[in-house]
Amino acid sequence: MNSDEPLWEIFIRSKQGLDHKHVGSLHAADAKMAIENARDVYTRRMEGVSIWAVESKNIHASNPDDAASMYDPANDKVYRHPTFYDLPDELKHM
Amino acid sequence: MQDETGLLETFDDKVAKEIKIEPRDWMPENYRKNLIRQISQHAHSEIVGMLPEGNWITRAPSLRRKATLIAKVQDEAGHGLYLYSAAETMGITREEMVDQLLTGKAKYSSIFNYPTLTWADIGAIGWLVDGAAIMNQVPLCRTSYGPYARAMIRVCKEESFHQRQGFEILLTLCRGSNEQKDMAQDALNRWWWPSLMMFGPNDDNSPHTAQSMKWKIKRFTNDELRQKFVDICTEQAKILGLTIPDPELKWNDEKKHYDFGEINWDEFWKVVNGDGPCNSERLAARVKAHEDGKWVREAASAYAEKRNRNN
Ligand SMILES: [Fe+2]
Ligand SMILES: [Fe+2]
Repeated sequence: MNSDEPLWEIFIRSKQGLDHKHVGSLHAADAKMAIENARDVYTRRMEGVSIWAVESKNIHASNPDDAASMYDPANDKVYRHPTFYDLPDELKHM
Repeated sequence: MQDETGLLETFDDKVAKEIKIEPRDWMPENYRKNLIRQISQHAHSEIVGMLPEGNWITRAPSLRRKATLIAKVQDEAGHGLYLYSAAETMGITREEMVDQLLTGKAKYSSIFNYPTLTWADIGAIGWLVDGAAIMNQVPLCRTSYGPYARAMIRVCKEESFHQRQGFEILLTLCRGSNEQKDMAQDALNRWWWPSLMMFGPNDDNSPHTAQSMKWKIKRFTNDELRQKFVDICTEQAKILGLTIPDPELKWNDEKKHYDFGEINWDEFWKVVNGDGPCNSERLAARVKAHEDGKWVREAASAYAEKRNRNN
């Protein structure tokens, strides 16, 4: 492994119809080799049907210290959830 | 922005509530240091652990055994990679870790400094060494650091076949000729004690345990896990019809556990400190592999660079 081999984040779709999910990271010289390495490392037991490799430096993350101010506003908006609404039991198909 | 005490309180609170710590979260410097040491040692163990078994790939007794052994050794390479990646999220680079291993600065599990003399050793390694590793690793799936816990879940999923294939090798030998059964017994005789040493020093001699338990980096103490291992393996040995090489091994009806003899701690520390039967051989093999791979790494970089220029 060379210091100029960038780090890649690997995402795998485990089967058609599901989202790609982050599974880990690896180093590779380019995207093609990142995907080939990801196949060898993360799909030895048919764990996936599709691989995404994203160079780690291209991922922008929210700051965990901001979690309070970022997500607090969602806290008092329970009316966004279906269970907030009071409806009679005899109401069907809703 | 909180001050240090506030941050530490938030951190302790998360750990107490079983909320995972993630890479960008604030963490105490010692937590980071301790985990980097633990995870990288663990990664090195997976990588060096390929060597004793790799020794038998070309001499496996059948195609089925050969294919299985290749798959197992390949898994161990993967485990090393998952763990190196998890350690990298804490701010150490891969090169630093590889360097620590190759210069002999870093430790890896001492068990891999013992030689694999016969085919039965491959069975004993799967049964006992992977067995002990699983015993250590299953609780680590709940370790407090997110990337480490996720890596361990993946590792544990893959480990179970490792132990089963080892037991199957021994079972086959034990049901074979007298010579084959003797070979299995001989392997058990040589691997039993080093396997018990895999759990580390006794609790009262293990400087990191208390803090690691508090931080939930570790979930059980060395002695707790070792006891569990002895209890389970003693029963499993009966199925093989093999004798565990410990005259003091005896069921203790009061404790509901097996009592067992004292580990040779002189041998343990000797091997840890570099003086085991294969320490220098293992390290030399890793250094050679790294140097022999240099042209491949260079070619990959040159190829990537060329393609980038043409894009
Ligand atoms: Fe492993
Ligand atoms: Fe294993």
